[in-house]
Amino acid sequence: MSTKTDATVEQWRQQEYKYGFYTDIETDSVPPGLDEDIVRLISAKKKEPQWMLDWRLKSYRRWLTMTEPTWPNVHYPAIDYQAIIYYSAPKQAGDGPKSLDEVDPKLLETYAKLGIPLHEQEVLSGIAVDAVFDSVSVATTYKEKLGELGIIFCPFSEAVLEHPDLIRKYLGSVVPYSDNFFATLNSAVFTDGSFVYIPKGVRCPMDLSTYFRINAISTGQFERTLIIAEEGSSVSYLEGCTAPMRDENQLHAAVVELIALDDATIKYSTIQNWYPGDKDGKGGIFNFVTKRGKCLGRNSHISWTQVETGSAITWKYPGCILLGDNSVGEFYSVALTNNYQQADTGTKMIHIGRNTRSTVVSKGISAGFGQNTYRGLIKINKRAAGARNYTQCDSLLIGDKCGAHTFPYIEVKNSTAHMEHEATTSKIGEDQLFYCSSRGLTMEDSISMIVNGFCKEVFRELPMEFAVEAQKLLEVSLEGSVG
Amino acid sequence: MLEIRNLHARVDGHEILKGINLTVNAGEVHSIMGPNGSGKSTLAQVLAGRETYEVTEGEVIYRGQDLLEMAPDERAREGVFLAFQYPVEIPGVNTAYFMRAALNAIRKHRGQDELDAVDFLAVIREKMKLIEMDDSLLNRAVNEGFSGGEKKRGEVFQMAVLEPTLCIMDETDSGLDIDALKVVARGVNALRSADRAIVIVTHYQRLLDHIVPDFVHVLVDGRIVKSGGKELAMELEDSGYAGLDKGNAGAEPVAAGTVLS
Repeated sequence: MSTKTDATVEQWRQQEYKYGFYTDIETDSVPPGLDEDIVRLISAKKKEPQWMLDWRLKSYRRWLTMTEPTWPNVHYPAIDYQAIIYYSAPKQAGDGPKSLDEVDPKLLETYAKLGIPLHEQEVLSGIAVDAVFDSVSVATTYKEKLGELGIIFCPFSEAVLEHPDLIRKYLGSVVPYSDNFFATLNSAVFTDGSFVYIPKGVRCPMDLSTYFRINAISTGQFERTLIIAEEGSSVSYLEGCTAPMRDENQLHAAVVELIALDDATIKYSTIQNWYPGDKDGKGGIFNFVTKRGKCLGRNSHISWTQVETGSAITWKYPGCILLGDNSVGEFYSVALTNNYQQADTGTKMIHIGRNTRSTVVSKGISAGFGQNTYRGLIKINKRAAGARNYTQCDSLLIGDKCGAHTFPYIEVKNSTAHMEHEATTSKIGEDQLFYCSSRGLTMEDSISMIVNGFCKEVFRELPMEFAVEAQKLLEVSLEGSVG
Repeated sequence: MLEIRNLHARVDGHEILKGINLTVNAGEVHSIMGPNGSGKSTLAQVLAGRETYEVTEGEVIYRGQDLLEMAPDERAREGVFLAFQYPVEIPGVNTAYFMRAALNAIRKHRGQDELDAVDFLAVIREKMKLIEMDDSLLNRAVNEGFSGGEKKRGEVFQMAVLEPTLCIMDETDSGLDIDALKVVARGVNALRSADRAIVIVTHYQRLLDHIVPDFVHVLVDGRIVKSGGKELAMELEDSGYAGLDKGNAGAEPVAAGTVLS
C-alpha cells in the first residue's frame, strides 16, 4: 500500500506544476474548508482529465449561489461547510487496529448479533485487508468472471480514467449538476463510488456489491455512483451492509444515477446502517442523498429497494423518470427511526412516456423519540397517456413518544391516468404483544415478528442474503425500544 | 397444580378481585361462572400475567412455583395457556409461522428438539382435523379477517398444538353457534388428561352440556360465593345469579372443591 501512495504523490507532484498552484505536498492531510483550490486538489489527486475538473468547478461555482433547503421535516444544527475536510488520503496498511482485540467490544457484539463472519468483521473494523484475504481473493475471481462478459464494475475514479466516453455521456444526465444544493456540492467534491456498465443483452450473473469493489472499503462521504444498463441487459446492485459504520465525517451527500436503455432492468438495493447517534441523539451521520433512475428506453425497468435503519438523519427520495414507453419504476422502502433519529424519505415518480407504471411501497417504523416522514411525488405529465401508479405508505408506531408523518404529492395532468393510494397508521398494541407473550414468545421475539410482518412486502424485494440480514438488522435496531 | 390464595387484583384503580380462593388439581375440569363484571375475565388475565392488572394481595402457586413472579411468556413456556375472549389480530404475521415459533419456544424450554416447517405441518395435521381448521386459515395472518367462530376455534387449535398443562378458557363459547360450539367442545374434550387441568370461564350453562365439568364455581363481585358439581350450573340456569345472591346472603363462601349434594 505504501508504494502505491508514493507513486500517487509523485504523479500528483508532477501535476502540480501543470495546474500552477501550490499546496503542501509533503503531507496528505488537507485543511478543512472548501474553495476552488481544494476542488482542484481533489481532481489532481485523482489525476482527472480537464473536462472532469471543469465539471467540478462549474458545480462548485453554482453551489456558491445556492441556499440550503429548509423545507424538510427534519431538524439539525447548521452545518459549517468550511469545517469539513473534503479530501483524506487513502488508509494506510498500518493505520487501523491490528486485531479485533483493539476494536470497540460493543461494535463486535453488534457484528456477532448480525451474524457477520469473523474475517468480514476484521475488514469492516479497518484491519489491513491484505492480512485477511487469501492470495486468490474472492474479489479477484469475481472480477475475472465479469470481465469475460464485458461487464465493467470498478471504482468511479477509475472509470473517469479508463472509460471517459461513458462518463462524459451519462454523468449528470439523470441528476444534473445543478439539481439541488447537496447534489451540486457532491458534483464539485465527490470522492469515489461505483461505476457499472452492462453491455447489450448481458444479464449480470451475480449481485454486484459495494463490498467487493476492488479497493479497500473507504467510507463514502461524497460518493458518486453511475450504473448503465444497455439494451436488453440486467443487473442487481447491492449497496451498503448491515454492519454499523462509523465515520468521522458527519455529512454524507452521495449521488447515484441509473440509466436503463430499451428492455433493460436495474435493481438497486440499499441497506444503510450508518452510525445513528447515541441514545440522546448526539452525533450520528447526516445521510442526504440524491438517487435517481432514468428509464430511458422502452420497456425499461428500474427498482429501488431500501432498508434505512441508521444515520441520525436520513433525507432521500430515490426516484424514477419514466421516459421510455411501457417503462416501470418501483420503490420499496423500510425506514426506521429510533431514539432521536429523523427521516424524511420517499420517492419521486415522473411519468413522461406512454403506458408507464410505478409502484411505491413505503413502510415507516418509528420508535423511541424518532420522527419518520414519508414524502412522495407522483407526477403524470400531460402526454403520459395510460399511466398507472399504486402507492401504499404504512406507518408503525412503537411507544407513544415517536411520530409518523405523510406528505403525498400527486400531480396528474393526463386524464387517462389510473392512481391508487393507500395509507395506514398503526401501533404495536400492548394487546398484540401480550398475545405473543401468552404463547411463550419473548418480548424481543414478539416485536421483531410483528415488525418483520409489517415489512414483509419490502423485504421480499431484496436479494435473499440481504433480506435475511435486513430482518436481523431490524431486530438489533429495535432492541430496547419497548421499555 | 394450581392454588390461588386470597387473590386481590385491580385495574384502573378499581378493585375487581376481592379475595379469590381456588384449588385446581391435574386431571380436573373447573368452570367459573358469574354475572357481568364479576371478575371472571380479570381472573383469567391475571393468571396469564397481563400487566394492566395489578395484583394487590394474595398468591398463586402453580406446580410449586410462584406464578405471580413469572413473566407472561415464562408462564406460557411452563405450560399455562389462555384462550382469549377477544383474540387480537396480528397483521403481517403468518399463522403457521406464529404457531411454529410458539411451539418451538415451548419445546426448547422443555428440552425438546425444535421443529422445522415440514415437521411442524406433519405434527399439526391431526389436530387440524379435530378442530376442523382449514389449510387456508393457517396461511393467513394471525386472526386477521377471521370470523368470531374461526377465532375461537383458532384458540382451541393453538391449545391443541401447544399441549399446555393448565388451560384457561375465557368465555370461549361467546359468539358461537351450535355447530361451532360442538367442534370447540370436541377439541377441548380431546385434551382432557390426567396431567392436564382445564378452567373454563363462561356465562352460560350451554357449553357445559358438551364439556362436562368436575367442579363449578360462581364468581360474584370479585369473590367465589358458591362451589358445587355440574348440577350447580343447571341451578344457575333456572334461578339466575340474582337468585343465588338472595339465597346466600350472609352465608359463608363454600370452600372450593366441596361438592354439594
